Amino acid sequence: MAAGAPMGAGTTSDIYKGDAARLMMPTWLIIGIFLLAPVIMMGVYSFLTKEFRGGVVWEFSFAAYDQFFFDRGLFGDDPPTLEWTYIGIFWRSIWQAGLATIMCLLIGFPTAWFIATRDPKSRSIWLFLITIPYWVNLLIRTVSMKFLIRDTGPLNEFLLAAGVIDTPLGLINTDFAVQLGLFYSYLPFMVLPIYAAVERYDFALSEAASDLYAGTWTILRLVIFPVVKPGIIAGCILVFVPSLGAFLAPDLLGGAKTFMIGSLIEEQFKGSAGNWPFGAAAAMILLTLVLVILLIYARAQNKVEDR
Amino acid sequence: MAAKIDLRRFPGFLGITLICLVVLYAPLIIVAVYSFNDSTSITNWGGATLNWYVDVFTGPESPKFQQAALNSLIIAVCAAGAATCIATAAAVAMTRAGRFRGKTLSFALINLPLMVPEVVTAVASLVFFSAIGFTNGLFTILIAHTVFCIPFAYLPISARMQSISDVYEQAAMDLYATPREAFTKVLLPLMMPGILSGSLLAFIISLDDFLITNFVKGAGVETLPTAIFGAVKQGIKPNIMAISTLMLGVSIVFVTLSWLVGRVGQNKQK
Amino acid sequence: MKKLLASTALIFVGLTGAAQAEGKLSIYHWFEYIPQELLDKFSQEYDVEVTMDTFDSNEALLASLKAGKLGSYDVAVPGDYMVKIMKDEGMLDTFAPSDLSNFNNIEEKWLDVGFDPGRGSSIPYQWGSTSFAVNKDVYSGKPDSLALIFDPPAELKGKINVLDTAGETLTLASLYLGIPQCTSDREQLKELNALVQKAKADWASFGSDVAKDVLVSGDAAAGMIWSGFSAKARQEGANIEYVFPKEGMIVWMDNVVLLKDAPNRENALKFMNFLLEPENAAAVTNYAQYSAGVKGVQEFLAPEVANSPESNPPADVKAEFVQACTEDVQVLYDAVWTNLKK
Repeated sequence: MAAGAPMGAGTTSDIYKGDAARLMMPTWLIIGIFLLAPVIMMGVYSFLTKEFRGGVVWEFSFAAYDQFFFDRGLFGDDPPTLEWTYIGIFWRSIWQAGLATIMCLLIGFPTAWFIATRDPKSRSIWLFLITIPYWVNLLIRTVSMKFLIRDTGPLNEFLLAAGVIDTPLGLINTDFAVQLGLFYSYLPFMVLPIYAAVERYDFALSEAASDLYAGTWTILRLVIFPVVKPGIIAGCILVFVPSLGAFLAPDLLGGAKTFMIGSLIEEQFKGSAGNWPFGAAAAMILLTLVLVILLIYARAQNKVEDR
Repeated sequence: MAAKIDLRRFPGFLGITLICLVVLYAPLIIVAVYSFNDSTSITNWGGATLNWYVDVFTGPESPKFQQAALNSLIIAVCAAGAATCIATAAAVAMTRAGRFRGKTLSFALINLPLMVPEVVTAVASLVFFSAIGFTNGLFTILIAHTVFCIPFAYLPISARMQSISDVYEQAAMDLYATPREAFTKVLLPLMMPGILSGSLLAFIISLDDFLITNFVKGAGVETLPTAIFGAVKQGIKPNIMAISTLMLGVSIVFVTLSWLVGRVGQNKQK
Repeated sequence: MKKLLASTALIFVGLTGAAQAEGKLSIYHWFEYIPQELLDKFSQEYDVEVTMDTFDSNEALLASLKAGKLGSYDVAVPGDYMVKIMKDEGMLDTFAPSDLSNFNNIEEKWLDVGFDPGRGSSIPYQWGSTSFAVNKDVYSGKPDSLALIFDPPAELKGKINVLDTAGETLTLASLYLGIPQCTSDREQLKELNALVQKAKADWASFGSDVAKDVLVSGDAAAGMIWSGFSAKARQEGANIEYVFPKEGMIVWMDNVVLLKDAPNRENALKFMNFLLEPENAAAVTNYAQYSAGVKGVQEFLAPEVANSPESNPPADVKAEFVQACTEDVQVLYDAVWTNLKK
């Protein structure tokens, strides 16, 4: 991009000023009708009364949220106490997604760093290698992982044959398998933003700092970290948010033993529970959670840009 | 203390990068290898064969998978096409129409499909389609896919647009081109690399989707991911591995293509 | 771009139009339950294009129909208690016995059933049992009790798969405890809740569609399973025994029902009549390895299917149908199930 061009990158022009409404109309219509309206409708459903075995009765009710937050015992007539069942399910999903995010960060950061510090030509090849698996269908990747780590799968067969272990590792149907699956599903989402941040970093800065007798740790903390922080945060969000509602990994790798947010919601609409308002309420709570995270992120971003 | 610390050469980072690649590729390679396994029991190696690939095209389940693949393709092409048109219009509005009322809101709306968790979108669509009594198989999937493909098409297109100065269009209009001609003859060709990679991205995203499709699909309609899910739920069979490997191949071809297109675009820009 | 939009619109229109062709039949069926060859045979005989979707539990079938799919399928294959629920929900259409020329092929004992007296909306499909199978390499004792699932010995701990449906899993648990189904007795429900909570620690996974695969692959050493599915697992190489527990097991019958608002009612009736043909019923039995509810199938049955241990329970085994609970009781069972999977 020529620096002298009258329009800098990211600025806007008003050549088509009068056409804005016409150009935006398809977006408003399609997303408005087929996403915004359904989400709003689900919000409405969460305040309706459930119909036995699926469906709603058009009567206002707090029952769904009440069921989510308050425990009235197995028979529903104990005095209400705080309900930990569903909060627990949400907490477990957050915990699993959080651990997967940390795993992604621990492996993804050095990888991104390593790639960003190669010369430009090999950089694009490394990036290419990292992104290819992401383009393979998520379902297939999850199934492949299941095949690899099951007790009778190639990994255990290999380790047994090599004499490293005596009994299979027993990875499948554990929480760790779920985290591994999530890690595997979303790792590129962590690598790419960090890579983008590190690539922008001018290493002359750290050399300058080093000349001024700053130690490695000091340079990392005071010079590099502030620069790559937005990349790390973006990566964490890109891994954490989809992990939170993940459906395939818990089902295929975790043995469907415990509900996660995704399967809890699914069960209300496609399984035996058949409680639509409750499923809608759980979905709204998940949506709120994600929007709050994104809002905090946007605030932080704006602060960085304001400086 | 060493005189110079070269932060570009952290020891061990190469190792972690290699581990990263191994983790990413090992399951895929294993599945690709076992898809050539000449044994009905998937755990024992019985020599190499192409039988499972033949089975994919001629076996008893092949019509089902072929129909599913065809559905996936139709949906991906239509959804990516529609989403790209919509996103292109939106990108022009966002970068070439100055400030207008509801611009911030429009930006939020475009990105809404990225912000709403997939399972929420899936459930909301199911409830919505069922409430309005709209159950036509392919069509519901197509609409849902178009919606979530829009931001994926929009991102590369608007990124490209932001780096195109409007001097070219201004010049064209100074030479008495109408705004329409300035758009189709000048801006659109310049946008093409962005449009291409946007539509490819949307295409792959649509092809990949399982969760939303599974919720909104109508009676008797399967896409490749839902058909595969139905099959693998009952156990991983060699013919599924063959299909997976074929899909891996297709994905690699597509990514390579979009990568090359992107590089050509970059080179032109320089 | 206009052209592009126009052609996109055209394809949209084409897609909607294509789904309305004549000569179709849309089936909603259990997974892995009907041979493709039989569908092809029907398709050819009657010149009807057949499409089939599958589900993995009676509840999933109901939920999907409730969520707007009613009116897009012609026939479905619910189990006994689900036929009654669907009937009560007004999801079934009725037909007269004279609509099906093969109606008299139905075995007498499956004719006047509680869930559809006189068979006004359904015909028998297959019947079998739900119990569990255990790997003989892992467990060497004589398996005869549901305790192997609900209070397993050390060698089976952590190697058990249970069906991922509240109906079947909680009913088997109730049989083990000797408490009635659909009970509203608090002590009994607490007992049931405590049993499954404790047993869960010894279970490896919940899964219905994987029930066969986990036994064949060795991921599980014991697993709740349907009788015919167990027979198939055995034939695919699993060294397992299907157990007829002394506490009792579930017996069920799946039925082909005529759905309300079926888009192709005539073809649906042809298909039901087709399935009452002994040869065709036997083809299903040979494939799924359960038992048909149709007279005259014996001569078409493969001997290993007719004589399979899974399909020939000892005469003294106690067997119960799953009951459909009322709403206020069902809520309690749902609570136990959610509590189990939280």
